[in-house]
Amino acid sequence: MMKTTDNQESQLISGKSGLISSRRTFLQFAGAGMAGMALVAAGCKKNRYPNFETADGVDLGKDDIGILNYAYALEQLEAAFYTQVVAGSGFAAFSDIEKAYLTDIRDHEVAHREFFKNALQGNAIPALEVNFSAINFGDRTSILSTAKAFEDLGCAAYNGAGRLIKDKNYLLLAGKIVSVEARHAALIRDLIANGSFANSEVVDANGLEKSKAPKDVLAIAGAYIKTKINASNLPS
Amino acid sequence: MNILHIIDEIEKADNSIADRLSPRRQAMKDFYGFGSKVALASLPFALGSMFKKAYGRQTSSTVLNVLNFALTLEYLEAEFYTRAVERGTALIPAGAPTGAITTIRDHENQHVAFLRTAITQAGGTPVPKPTFDFSGGNGSGNGPFKEAFNNYGLFLAVAQTFEDTGVRAYKGQAGDLLGSGGVLEAALNIHSVEARHASHIRQMRRANGSLVPAGVVVKPWITENQSGIADSAVQPAYNGEEIKSQAGVGIQNINGQNISAAAASEAFDEPLTKDQVLAIVDPFIV
Repeated sequence: MMKTTDNQESQLISGKSGLISSRRTFLQFAGAGMAGMALVAAGCKKNRYPNFETADGVDLGKDDIGILNYAYALEQLEAAFYTQVVAGSGFAAFSDIEKAYLTDIRDHEVAHREFFKNALQGNAIPALEVNFSAINFGDRTSILSTAKAFEDLGCAAYNGAGRLIKDKNYLLLAGKIVSVEARHAALIRDLIANGSFANSEVVDANGLEKSKAPKDVLAIAGAYIKTKINASNLPS
Repeated sequence: MNILHIIDEIEKADNSIADRLSPRRQAMKDFYGFGSKVALASLPFALGSMFKKAYGRQTSSTVLNVLNFALTLEYLEAEFYTRAVERGTALIPAGAPTGAITTIRDHENQHVAFLRTAITQAGGTPVPKPTFDFSGGNGSGNGPFKEAFNNYGLFLAVAQTFEDTGVRAYKGQAGDLLGSGGVLEAALNIHSVEARHASHIRQMRRANGSLVPAGVVVKPWITENQSGIADSAVQPAYNGEEIKSQAGVGIQNINGQNISAAAASEAFDEPLTKDQVLAIVDPFIV
């Protein structure tokens, strides 16, 4: 497995295989604003397709497609959560400004989810089934503490996955989303305790936000996702 | 473009790239595993040694240039907040506002220290701290923001512009750090902290209300290309944020979802190029 990966990487870097030309093709597609097609092109080798539902669960896939599906899974979780928050019995207890913020965040997360779905096209994992049994959607504290956990986790996940991405355009897309997640995270934290927007729970002594590798993120997120996810093919 | 540039540089350093790849990967793994065991304060040293292991001789000039560019912006922010906190309650209200600005000041000083150490350890030379003119007057001391350390609303407006610009600047440099492992990760880790700062400063501006144009609501995220600041001098820091299509995928009302134009623009932050950032901060650098 590692050998295969190394070969692919060295072929990629040497520029002597078909892979680099397919990546150049991708970049041209992306430049033409056709990333959806490009994603299909990037995943066109048969063994690069995610296997979707198997006995081991929904396979995120490998390489950049795997990372994008990983992000898609997390965005599905966040979007489902905020959709239930805004529709739930506890929403009325928030102030008007807070309601507007939570509605904006819901819309951003739905936009992220649908973006990944469209961009991944045939490589996208299916819709995941969530498990929110631990969340009380009638209770402000339960809503905000879960929102905080999800937003901080989202930041840590994107930050930890950036180094695993091979394509510059995908890296930029992840960057465009992670800073919005960080804006959400800071707001939610301030709604719980003003001034906790970037405290030592999430920022280390060098002023760097703490990141998490996919396996650590999925171990936490998994408690809220009923569908079994197989991340074993993700790059590490 | 840049991926090929980086590859070219690596090939120049050593043409037996295939043989080197495995050690490079191992070095990154070493760094990754190492980082979790060593004290946080020594991470920059680990970062530098990872670099040396990875590239054998010298860190790619592309990567060092990114780090020095980031350092310049961090110097700007660090000195801005340091001077502001020194003004005390003559500028910033006591309590939560002073606490928040002090937190942000500390992070920016930590970023300066981290980047200086990382650059040095990687075999580079940190750029010296420029002389700043926070009036935005290019050294005249008489620019449009000359009251920034006397007028709290103006101070917050400049702070918001610096933070939002910082977020866009790091985002624009990520591509040049592709494949740099721990260095890219560190840059991303600073990037999201800047976004957290921006979110909080924007909340402070909403609470304060000063210099917010009539009819505009300042949110923690950026709506369209609105600065939310009644001063056209800051507009270049927000131009381009109004994009509502990502990688060819239209975001507004995507797949029948009720996503407004505002939400579509807010959901994705946009990068700035190095030249765009330098043009924005130029009036503040003597």
